[in-house]
Amino acid sequence: MSALATVATADNVSTFQMPSINYYAITPILIMFGAAVVSVLVEAFLPRGARRPVQLVLVLGSLAAAFIVTVDLRGTRLVTGDGAIAVDGPTLLLWGALLVVAFLAALLFAERSIDPLGDAFAPRASTLPGSVDEQEFTRRGFLQTEIWPFLLFSVTGMLAFIAANDLLMMFVALEVMSLPLYLLAGMARRRRLLSQEAALKYFLLGAFSSAFFLYGAAMLYGYSGSVGLVEIADTLSGKTAEGTLVFIGVALLTVGLLFKIAAVPFHQWAPDAYQGAPTPVTGFMAATVKIAAFGALLRVLYVGLGGLRWDWEPMLWVIAALTMLVGSIIAITQTDIKRMLAYSSVAQAGFILIGVMAASPQGLGSAIFYLVAYAFTTIGTFAVVSMVRDASGEATHLSAWAGLGKNSPVVAAVFSLFMLSLAGIPLTSGFVAKFGVFASAIDAGNTWIVIIGVIASIIAAFFYVRVIVLMYFADPGPDTASVVVPSAFTTIALTASAVMTIALGIFPQWLLDIIGQAGVFIR
Amino acid sequence: MTELMPAEGVFSLIWLLIALPLAGSAVLIFGGRRTNSWGPYLAILMVVGSAALGWTMLLSMMQNSPEQRTFDQTLYSWVFAGSFQADMAFQLDQLSMVFVLLITTVGALIHIYSLGYMAHDANRRKFFGYLNLFVAAMLILVLANNYLLLYVGWEGVGLTSYLLIGFWLHKPAAAAAAKKAFIINRVGDVGLSLAIMLLFVTFGSVSFQDVFGVADQASEGTLTAIGLLLLLAAAGKSAQFPLQAWLLDAMEGPTPVSALIHAATMVTAGVYLIVRSNVVFTAAEWAATAVIIVGVITMWMGAIIGSAKDDIKKSLAGSTMSQIGYMITAAGLGPIGYVFAIFHLLTHGVFKAGLFLGAGSVMHGMRDNVNMRRYGALMGLMGITAVTFIIDYLAIIGIPPFAGFWSKDSIIHAAFEKSTLVGILAMLAAGLTGFYMTRMVAMTFFGKARWEDDEHPHESPKVMTIPLIILAIGATFLGMALLFWGNIKTWLEPVTGLEEVELPLPELAYGGMTLVLVIIGSVIAWVMYARRSVPVEAPRGSWLTRAARNELYGNEVNDVLVVRPSYHASRALVWFDNRGVDGLVNGTAAFVGGLSGRLRRYQTGFARSYALSMVGGAVLVVLALVLVRAS
Repeated sequence: MSALATVATADNVSTFQMPSINYYAITPILIMFGAAVVSVLVEAFLPRGARRPVQLVLVLGSLAAAFIVTVDLRGTRLVTGDGAIAVDGPTLLLWGALLVVAFLAALLFAERSIDPLGDAFAPRASTLPGSVDEQEFTRRGFLQTEIWPFLLFSVTGMLAFIAANDLLMMFVALEVMSLPLYLLAGMARRRRLLSQEAALKYFLLGAFSSAFFLYGAAMLYGYSGSVGLVEIADTLSGKTAEGTLVFIGVALLTVGLLFKIAAVPFHQWAPDAYQGAPTPVTGFMAATVKIAAFGALLRVLYVGLGGLRWDWEPMLWVIAALTMLVGSIIAITQTDIKRMLAYSSVAQAGFILIGVMAASPQGLGSAIFYLVAYAFTTIGTFAVVSMVRDASGEATHLSAWAGLGKNSPVVAAVFSLFMLSLAGIPLTSGFVAKFGVFASAIDAGNTWIVIIGVIASIIAAFFYVRVIVLMYFADPGPDTASVVVPSAFTTIALTASAVMTIALGIFPQWLLDIIGQAGVFIR
Repeated sequence: MTELMPAEGVFSLIWLLIALPLAGSAVLIFGGRRTNSWGPYLAILMVVGSAALGWTMLLSMMQNSPEQRTFDQTLYSWVFAGSFQADMAFQLDQLSMVFVLLITTVGALIHIYSLGYMAHDANRRKFFGYLNLFVAAMLILVLANNYLLLYVGWEGVGLTSYLLIGFWLHKPAAAAAAKKAFIINRVGDVGLSLAIMLLFVTFGSVSFQDVFGVADQASEGTLTAIGLLLLLAAAGKSAQFPLQAWLLDAMEGPTPVSALIHAATMVTAGVYLIVRSNVVFTAAEWAATAVIIVGVITMWMGAIIGSAKDDIKKSLAGSTMSQIGYMITAAGLGPIGYVFAIFHLLTHGVFKAGLFLGAGSVMHGMRDNVNMRRYGALMGLMGITAVTFIIDYLAIIGIPPFAGFWSKDSIIHAAFEKSTLVGILAMLAAGLTGFYMTRMVAMTFFGKARWEDDEHPHESPKVMTIPLIILAIGATFLGMALLFWGNIKTWLEPVTGLEEVELPLPELAYGGMTLVLVIIGSVIAWVMYARRSVPVEAPRGSWLTRAARNELYGNEVNDVLVVRPSYHASRALVWFDNRGVDGLVNGTAAFVGGLSGRLRRYQTGFARSYALSMVGGAVLVVLALVLVRAS
């Protein structure tokens, strides 16, 4: 009570110190945030016809600008904002990757040649599915541009999430990142009920997981008297007997983060959300949320809870094993390509967790490499999914992919490349990535999880290769979809991801060097 | 001690050996229909170029002293992270040299043969593209200077093998066979990837030079584990027990593929792996014993299966398993056997390719019929095919002076040196070889014609018979050439080591006994299948025959042990994890039918159960953390 009373006095308010902030170090966040605000104003004040070109310039320009500043910041290693934000090697690396991937995703958002009705998004998200209003808006060719502010806010949140060095900052960033995503997920032009269902589920469960996170943060605050990761770590190392409080806190906090990376048993939202969301959004969410959430998880575990490594390691061990196995095994029986890819992303999260568990600089580096490799491949994968269509929209049932290699050999070959990379076949980025996390885990003495990982990767290879077999070894049937020729937007995104997938498989060294130079988290 | 030579002169072109077929495959696969007319010729040119380069390198290598025949070419550092390093680097030594020659030379002949065999296939261009890709991958496998790059080639040959098994995708059996080969091979690949990890953990490196230099410092337990994992990998790729089931189905692929990949080269990659890792196996006795056991079992299984199959290609596939069983056995014998494993691998690569191409030539003249009960009396009608086939036949059953005699006899000698039991088993299997091969020749070329009514057997075009003739010449002289002129033993010694075989009886005695057994087997087969008439419908046969026809129930065993449990596990997990899958599908259907109200009821239910599972997970996580601390 007395503490509350003191805060309330006028005297204390007047002596409140502005924390010193190194503004240049957080410029990427500021650029994205500024662009997001301007983007809202564009929606509010510009005439309909002018919005798209302005938004495109704004989004792509701000992402590029933020990326350039991030590159310029290289070598920076500081904590600013009164300990709330850490800009260090891993932060900058993940920022850079995130911005590039978000750029490619934005290109997919901008695509308007694939769907004959316009783009992947509902003309008016507020209309009731199947209503007269909806038909009217579709008939008049309305296309909405509100997706752009959502994208920008979400990226802002992700950047802050990666850099957040205290739990409060992290929570705010988590929400800024997630809320626009829930909305984006519900905006599909076709199969709108499915999309809205996905959005609602994603929102409900996301809110639920946020509560876990927040409660965990509160527990840790109660234990250490601070929300700062460094202070929590100091308290942990200072005290010899940890109370139950700290374990509940650690557990709930990690549950909140594990939800975002879709680790088992917190993964069930992923298939629904991936399937229902408009495919460009699925690609965006699959690639960038993984980067952001793993960035935060790594920082929490390495910086804040490093002292408890022996306690959280067994827990992560079990979760990683479950995630890899359950994700891979369930993916086998999926018949919808987007659901299959959702379970695949679950399994991939398990592989990245192996790198996280190693709790060493090498483990950190291998996890980051994996994230980058995975993100590029994923964007490309969903770009292809958005191009395979029949009369009713995207043809996501696997039977529609049978014999695709006959009619569209190039697209089928590119998709096969992505599948091989996800399966971890040599000379693709996925192989180097998998090998990296496995090697770091073995270095750390976690041989058994590697054996489970190898077995899971073999199970996983089965369903990835099944798609290839289906495309090449099956004859086209009446259901076989056709591949729509996209505009330059999707073509650029697809080409860039394919090039990165091969380049990181054959010449991974430049990225490994950058990761090596980036070093570890600042404390 | 061998010296690592820089890749200078002609050896600076080691990369080109691989790059030529790789470029060929890229042009053919991505070039589209424009390359239809000239593509196959380009593919042949690329492999012939590679072969010519290989032979040039051999001549140049022979100029150097035996210690200076290992050439190392590092293109660039491939993966370098923390303490882990792997280079894009090649190593050409005596062992990889002979493999390069086998792959490119036999490969070139099979490319040429395919020109005739695949002449009427609409996808001929793609076929040649895949063949080129296979040659490139196989060369990466044998030229890699570290295990990780070897793994690249290993996966590469696997991938092209599936593509080619399933090449005739209009046959459902072909697609199923490709899938089966893929799945079984993945099991073997687990072994290889775990072995690589373990090598890295133990030695801090995956390059051959580093690992073999310090292998004796590791504990025997570790080396045994590595050896067993490598054996698992070899069993998958080389169709050895217990991972043998895919090879017979793989015969669904075009016959040139069976000849190149499933007889001469890829399936012998397991033998290469074991001989390349000889340092590991020499130090780990238990692993080496396991290698012998696997080899002997497969040697017999293959021979028994080969004796009962009526499909000419499947019978040959059984024979391939059996012969590779010989090589694996030899590789398990240690320094007395490594050289002979490779020796038999080389001669077998030539005569088995000849046998497969001969079988292809017969099929070509018989409208792709593979049932030997429908053959007979083809001797006069396809003279060249028959004569070359019989030469290859004499080579495989081991009649002097044909190639197989020298190589198989050497293995049997070495086996007696190690253990009399293994020696006797290998010798008896040679008799069985005589039986099933004579059966094949008798049923195909001799006896009465049992053709279907409107059959008009004819000899194949020159483009197919000339490769047959060249391979038959090889099958005749290669054994003597390698043993006496090429001196294979001293040639390979710097890589594999060598111990002279010392036996109580003179070598001639063992050779004589083997020969007697072979002749007995052959005579029995001749009486049964050439003198007596062969029924067109297969008789029921004894239990052994029936078991052998069913491939000794390998598929059933796999089904009970692996397939069904994993299927049930998957279904159970789906049910447990996400009862929403079916519900959602139903829900979507409901939506299509306009029953959106029902769909909404479904949704809330699911979100609730998802949340429940999250709570459950969270509780478990908390408990786990507290319990770990408490314990």
